[in-house]
Amino acid sequence: MKKKHLLAFAVAAAAATGAFAQANDTIAKVKAGGKVVMGTRESSAPLAYTLGNNQFVGYHVELCQRILKSIFPGVPVEYVAVTSANRIPLVQNGTVDIECGSTTNNEARQKDVAFGLTTYVTEVRTAVKVGSPVKSVADLNGKTVATTTGTTSVALLRKNKRAQGITFNEVYGKDHADSFLLLESGRADAFVMDDNILAGLIAGSSNPKGFKIVGETLNVEPIAVMIRKDDPKFKAAVDDYIRKAFKDGEIKLLYKKWFLDPIPPKNVAVNLPMGSVLTELSKNPNDKPAEAFNK
Amino acid sequence: MALDWQVFCQDTIDKTVVKGCFGTGGATGTQTYLDWLLQAWGQTIIVAGLSLIVALVVGAIIGTIRTLPDNPWLARIGNWWVELFRNIPLLVQIFLWYHVVPVLIPAFAKTPKLALVVFGLGLFTSARVAEQLRAGIQALPRGQRYAGMALGFTTLQYYRYVLLPMAFRIIIPPLTSEAMNIFKNSSVAFAVSITELTFFAQQAGEETARGIEIYMAVTVLYVISAFAINRIMAFIEKRSRVPGLVASTGGGGH
Repeated sequence: MKKKHLLAFAVAAAAATGAFAQANDTIAKVKAGGKVVMGTRESSAPLAYTLGNNQFVGYHVELCQRILKSIFPGVPVEYVAVTSANRIPLVQNGTVDIECGSTTNNEARQKDVAFGLTTYVTEVRTAVKVGSPVKSVADLNGKTVATTTGTTSVALLRKNKRAQGITFNEVYGKDHADSFLLLESGRADAFVMDDNILAGLIAGSSNPKGFKIVGETLNVEPIAVMIRKDDPKFKAAVDDYIRKAFKDGEIKLLYKKWFLDPIPPKNVAVNLPMGSVLTELSKNPNDKPAEAFNK
Repeated sequence: MALDWQVFCQDTIDKTVVKGCFGTGGATGTQTYLDWLLQAWGQTIIVAGLSLIVALVVGAIIGTIRTLPDNPWLARIGNWWVELFRNIPLLVQIFLWYHVVPVLIPAFAKTPKLALVVFGLGLFTSARVAEQLRAGIQALPRGQRYAGMALGFTTLQYYRYVLLPMAFRIIIPPLTSEAMNIFKNSSVAFAVSITELTFFAQQAGEETARGIEIYMAVTVLYVISAFAINRIMAFIEKRSRVPGLVASTGGGGH
């Protein structure tokens, strides 16, 4: 182990004496620095989360580990926990070379950073109790619908209400756990939110078999790994790997591992089959922003 | 950063600026963020106003029974009441009323959520009003009570005609604080899906990405509401003042 480190250090030192990394050339920077820094999230299960002890796991974390291993074989990966607020500045200023968490690719962010090909799509859908007559948005007529204050889902519900001419009562939880409690305790007949959040809450609830996700997709948000802007070499390398992984079924396997099989720490399955949009994308991957999906 | 106040004239669905800043309203009509802001302000005033009534009525009763002579049990109940409601954080109490009470007492299951929040906020504040009223009554010289008894008043009568009118005058300044607090504390109602000002700030901020303007507007409305109550209480204080009776006249005695 020690020898390996020494060797890595020697390689790094040798590389550093060569052409010093240009500001936006991640590949050169990693070769010069002898390490690659992955930014990730602490509680965005199952995309990226921590098991404690600086140990990060999840669908996007494992995908990134594979990408980095293929682009930088033998280079150690350093992990940095990022938050919603600091992830973009940390990528921009070079603290983090690649961010693998739960970041939505949208037009505003594309001004500051670049995204890899979309690797996960969160779809806004509806959770109900098993046995509920609600099967689609139209069935919500006369029902009570929960969602979380400060999310895009509230505006989405309003839009649907007017467009479809249906009437339903809205109740708002102050966070996702509160909103789920509204559904669980019967104060709401349905809970409208991103499908992975719904699936995670259901899996973590006291009765995971008592709830199901139904209905059409109300909104689509592509989620991707985030890298520095204007680094075509690194972006091409990341995208090539993702394209290949879609093609040879590697992503399907990863998806199954993190979304369908039991995952740590509770060994409960999120149980969320791949959505229609991502299935479509896997045939023809792209890095379009959210705006392109919801026209 | 430039402030963009036009955000309040935007339609809440398609984000186009509406002429005149007000939407057409109604179930299928348009609504601007200004409409929504005023509606949210109305919710805040309703929650705070109703809670204030609950707080004053219940607080007056509890505060009074804590000072009754020869009734240790009533006084004890009053003390428990105050300790119960002032030792639990307000946000937790709101959740208890909203999520727990309807499960424990099925009769509450059909109660509108607004009523549950009004109970929660009102009873929380009633404990504080009760404590102030007790202090006000106990601040009166013992002679007042005895004088009432000497006149042949029953307990009810000497409270009604002697002690309470004086105690309430003494505690108007702290009551003013409570009345203003109730407006500010009503912001916790957003946690149980009352669409009041804090809810509006969080939701509209997320939708418009104009959080600074939204929070500035909401802050101004809270200040206006709380200050209006302050002025009303100051008016009551002035009109109910008995010269030479209460400290605020500068006389410093009762």
